[in-house]
Amino acid sequence: MKHVVVIGGGVAGIETAAQLSKSGHWVTVVEKSNQLGGKLNDWHCLFPDFSLAKEQLDWLQSQKHQADLQVLLETKVTSVNRTNGRFAIETSGKDKLEADAVVVASGYELFDARRKEEYGYKIYERVITSADLEKRMNNGELLRTPEGAPNRVAFVHCVGSRDEKSGNHYCSKVCCITGVKQAIELKKLSPGTEIFCFYMDLRMYGKHFEELYRTAQEKYDIQFIRGRLSEAAEKIDKSVQIKAEDTLSGRPLKMNVDWLVLLVGMEAGTGTAQAASVCGSRCESSGFIATADEHRSTNLSSQEGIFVAGSCTGPMSVTDTILHARSAACEVNDYFQKLEKSWL
Amino acid sequence: METPSFALPFIIGLLFIISFLIVVTIIWIAGLSKIDKIRIWKNMPTRKTGEALAETFMESLLHRKIFRKNPVLGYMHTSLAFGWFLLIVVGHIETALHYRTLSFPIWKSIFFRYAEQTPPAGFESKFFAASMDFLLLIVLSGVMLAYYKRIHKSLFGMKRTTRLKVGDRISLTALWLIFPLRLAAESVSANLYHNGSFLTQSAGNLLASFVPVQQMEMPLWWAYSCALGVFFLTMPVSRYMHIPVEVLLIFLRKYGIRLKKNVNTYTRVQVFSCSRCGICLDSCQMNHANIRNTQSVYVLKQIRGRRLSDEQLFNCLLCGRCQNDCPVGLDLNNLRITQRIESTMEYNSQYDYLKSDCMPKPVSTEVIYFAGCMTHLTPAIIKSMRALFEMAGVSYWFMDEDKTACCGRPLMQAGQYQAAQKLVDHNREKIQASGAKTLVVSCPICYKVFNEDYSLPGIRVVHHSEYLLELMADKRLPIHKLPLRAVYHDPCELGRGSGIYHQPRLLLDEYANLIPVRNEKEKAWCCGGSLANIKIQMSERDQIRQKAMEEYLSYGPDVLVTACPLCKKTFAKDRNLPVHDLSEVVYMAIRQKSTGNTSEDPGKKEVNYEQIFFPRITS
Amino acid sequence: MAVKNFGFAAIKPRTIDFEQFDGRLLSEILELEPSFKVCLSCGGCTATCSAGNLVSFNIRQLNLLLRRGETVGLENEIKKCMLCGKCMLVCPRGINIRNVIMLIKKSVAKSHSLKR
Ligand SMILES: Cc1cc2nc3c(=O)[nH]c(=O)nc-3n(C[C@H](O)[C@H](O)[C@H](O)COP(=O)(O)OP(=O)(O)OC[C@H]3O[C@@H](n4cnc5c(N)ncnc54)[C@H](O)[C@@H]3O)c2cc1C
Ligand code: SF4
Ligand code: SF4
Ligand code: SF4
Ligand code: SF4
Ligand code: SF4
Repeated sequence: MKHVVVIGGGVAGIETAAQLSKSGHWVTVVEKSNQLGGKLNDWHCLFPDFSLAKEQLDWLQSQKHQADLQVLLETKVTSVNRTNGRFAIETSGKDKLEADAVVVASGYELFDARRKEEYGYKIYERVITSADLEKRMNNGELLRTPEGAPNRVAFVHCVGSRDEKSGNHYCSKVCCITGVKQAIELKKLSPGTEIFCFYMDLRMYGKHFEELYRTAQEKYDIQFIRGRLSEAAEKIDKSVQIKAEDTLSGRPLKMNVDWLVLLVGMEAGTGTAQAASVCGSRCESSGFIATADEHRSTNLSSQEGIFVAGSCTGPMSVTDTILHARSAACEVNDYFQKLEKSWL
Repeated sequence: METPSFALPFIIGLLFIISFLIVVTIIWIAGLSKIDKIRIWKNMPTRKTGEALAETFMESLLHRKIFRKNPVLGYMHTSLAFGWFLLIVVGHIETALHYRTLSFPIWKSIFFRYAEQTPPAGFESKFFAASMDFLLLIVLSGVMLAYYKRIHKSLFGMKRTTRLKVGDRISLTALWLIFPLRLAAESVSANLYHNGSFLTQSAGNLLASFVPVQQMEMPLWWAYSCALGVFFLTMPVSRYMHIPVEVLLIFLRKYGIRLKKNVNTYTRVQVFSCSRCGICLDSCQMNHANIRNTQSVYVLKQIRGRRLSDEQLFNCLLCGRCQNDCPVGLDLNNLRITQRIESTMEYNSQYDYLKSDCMPKPVSTEVIYFAGCMTHLTPAIIKSMRALFEMAGVSYWFMDEDKTACCGRPLMQAGQYQAAQKLVDHNREKIQASGAKTLVVSCPICYKVFNEDYSLPGIRVVHHSEYLLELMADKRLPIHKLPLRAVYHDPCELGRGSGIYHQPRLLLDEYANLIPVRNEKEKAWCCGGSLANIKIQMSERDQIRQKAMEEYLSYGPDVLVTACPLCKKTFAKDRNLPVHDLSEVVYMAIRQKSTGNTSEDPGKKEVNYEQIFFPRITS
Repeated sequence: MAVKNFGFAAIKPRTIDFEQFDGRLLSEILELEPSFKVCLSCGGCTATCSAGNLVSFNIRQLNLLLRRGETVGLENEIKKCMLCGKCMLVCPRGINIRNVIMLIKKSVAKSHSLKR
């Protein structure tokens, strides 16, 4: 029986592990936090269908149970050494593991919005990130003003993505649609609130995304303004004055909003950097792990026997993460078969 | 003895260079403004002349500043300059004593070993012969070092030397040949007439053992004289013009002549005074971005050749590091700005819109706060300053809260003084109308221009680092030291630009633990964000920033503190170290004191920092 | 007059005729400031602009029109910039906008001295 170690227990990690287990391998998942599920634990409901993140988590749990995986929580892999085609793995816990293959599924981290100081995150009271908004939804903490429901809320796209100043040139892919989803959710909760989304380009790349954008306009009166926010200032009543250019009308624009939501992007982050470095896998300049090829081998890292799954290779949605995780499992099986053939 | 024919090249060269120098000095002084001429006239009979003489001695001959920068390089310059100077002086004394007269033809002292073919007799002659040999030896050692420098720059603590032009090449070759030829010629004569001392006599005797000295004598004296003549003749088109011009510069500077906003003959004096020592090359951080043709020495060279391009002229941070290190004390920043003024003379700008009534009306107040354009992109500074004003019970007018004209400094840095003046006039009117006594500014770029180019009688312009220090000293702000290790980054315009090094440090040390770094104060790095550079690419700015950051990180600080919104923004691009403005540190410290929130585990630095700067904001 | 009308002159129903494209100034600028190529017209510069905060002045639009070969009125508009540098600090593409402005001013100055 082959042993596979999966680094990271988010969507990608669990799904890869479950699939591998189904193919008859023994799998250990090493997760640095105290729970499985990754970012999904913080999300309220998911685009494009508004299904609860909880449902997906439950499904993942059942996948895990069926598969009977070994899970090491609050553990990190500290070294990976390949000898004679097998990996000797040390962890921050007591366990020493031996594996035939490693799958890195260490995911992403959220862009730290404090780095866009001009938007006032953690400086002004009523500036939050999209991730904060999800948590608030989960905790039932609505966006309020002393007068009650907010009159106006604005979403800012591309915070920490597509931005030379943040050092991230890439597009985070999911924040546009997240913005649309969250705008609709807010509108459902308080129909009297005006909602504006400030975007540079709307990237509705996935199935149903464009329709959701249209619904947001059609049914929920959400307004989309093409212009990048340059700065925000706090007023005495704690509302936030934002500046942008309405580029389609060619006029600078000022607006007072009760709450400002920053659609923060995805970064490879320290978790993936750590996992990649212990595995000796090459990263791209963006920080995400480089794959062997952009079309056929998106689950192969630069090291033989070390595979990648999910958003540690670049921004992706849950949908795509699950697909990517399954294809990682396929690649691992393929690898094992090739190994066996070469021995015969 | 008649004047030997070989002296001719030397005499022609000398006459040429003397008359040339007299003529240019007259032209240059004549080209100064009337006031400047009066200044010279008035200051001439004062002690300033004496001081200038002393400085000439210390700098032009002894090269004290180069010595301080680098002893080997210093020795090279001193041995050449001062050694040669002494050779001339001692040579004249020797000749004068020998002939017991002060009037003798100049060639006699220069070619003394040829002119006086009797062996030195008596203590006096022997002493002089030995001294001259000794001095020659010193000069030769300098020449050897100069040869060596062309090959191995690192010995001189320099990474790069300057590139050469044709005029320089000829002149340099002549200079390098003068002293070896002098040695050869004197040695040969010494062998023939036995009039040498330890160096020339022994060298001569050695030579005689394998070359026919008799036939060599005249050609060598010819060669020596030609080398001298060529050196003098090419001096005006070579870098060695700096030797005489630097003396003129020292005198003019002592007499109070300064660069003007337009190019005049004093600009030429400054430009010609550059010795191309190349020290400024190594000071310049543009190297870190691999930009290697815009440094001061190259720009000066291009000005001399009237070939300066905008791409070179504007590709400079005006950080002032080179000016700080220049041993000649050239006013490099202003020299460059003057060229920028010249280059943008015809550019148009028009700010009539400032007269419209949408501009905020001045508010009657004691204290004005002017945050600055950039500061609006770093709201944490504004928030902290507001809170601190409130804590100290200061009522103030936030002049640029909503709408404002820029202070004008960025335009000035780009050479557009006339345009800037319109903004200056506008702002000054507002400031004066408010009746304020104190103008507090958060941006060092604004600070410098308010301080130097706005005339605001009765109004004190202070940077917030000075102001907060005063409030603290007056006990209007409580003190609370945070358990954080902080490195302070000197903003160029506040530090080298305005000489404010101590106030921010005093303040910071009360609110955090200040750790000194190697390149600080006058030697501080530029963050790379400077507005003065119009040409540099963002990625190049990043490289400059990274190098500076590397040094700061090597001290393992918890936070980098600066006092400029632009520096803050620039460094904030780096993910490795949090960056905050001084005002934020003071505010956070005081806030932490008031919430009594100091109990966390001092071992956990990260938590510490996070809790201090980003406590949960509660509505 | 031209100053006031500029914004509308551009909006007036007029086709941008690429056959009549006057790209001289543009190619000169792109050569000296290649970063100008990557502008995505996000409007960040215009939003933060110190001059645009006081008067109708749209640096993004001016630059975009320049890229379309439309230089009418450019000369008068560009005079309004105060060179404060805020635009450079917000630009997500790291464009050296102030150099573009200086190069426009330079070419205006050059054409004036040619006329004289
Ligand atoms: C604001 C926001 C909203 C979103 N909403 C949706 C949505 O509605 N619908 C949708 O389809 N997608 C959504 N996404 C995308 C979704 O979050 C990702 O697709 C998904 O989380 C990717 O899963 P993952 O397993 O690759 O990474 P993660 O969820 O990041 O999981 C990685 C796991 O690995 C662990 N780990 C990391 N490094 C190490 C290490 N070195 N050692 C051990 N363990 C490690 C982490 O602790 C974590 O548990 C959203 C994203 C954002 C930013
Ligand atoms: S998905 Fe949309 S918001 Fe996110 S980075 Fe891409 S364009 Fe910007
Ligand atoms: S400018 Fe100053 S430092 Fe630079 S080469 Fe000239 S004299 Fe030396
Ligand atoms: S001012 Fe600074 S950037 Fe400019 S040449 Fe001198 S050292 Fe270099
Ligand atoms: S901020 Fe930059 S990218 Fe955006 S419109 Fe201005 S120049 Fe173009
Ligand atoms: S430099 Fe000019 S264009 Fe840029 S923000 Fe300032 S005033 Fe506007």
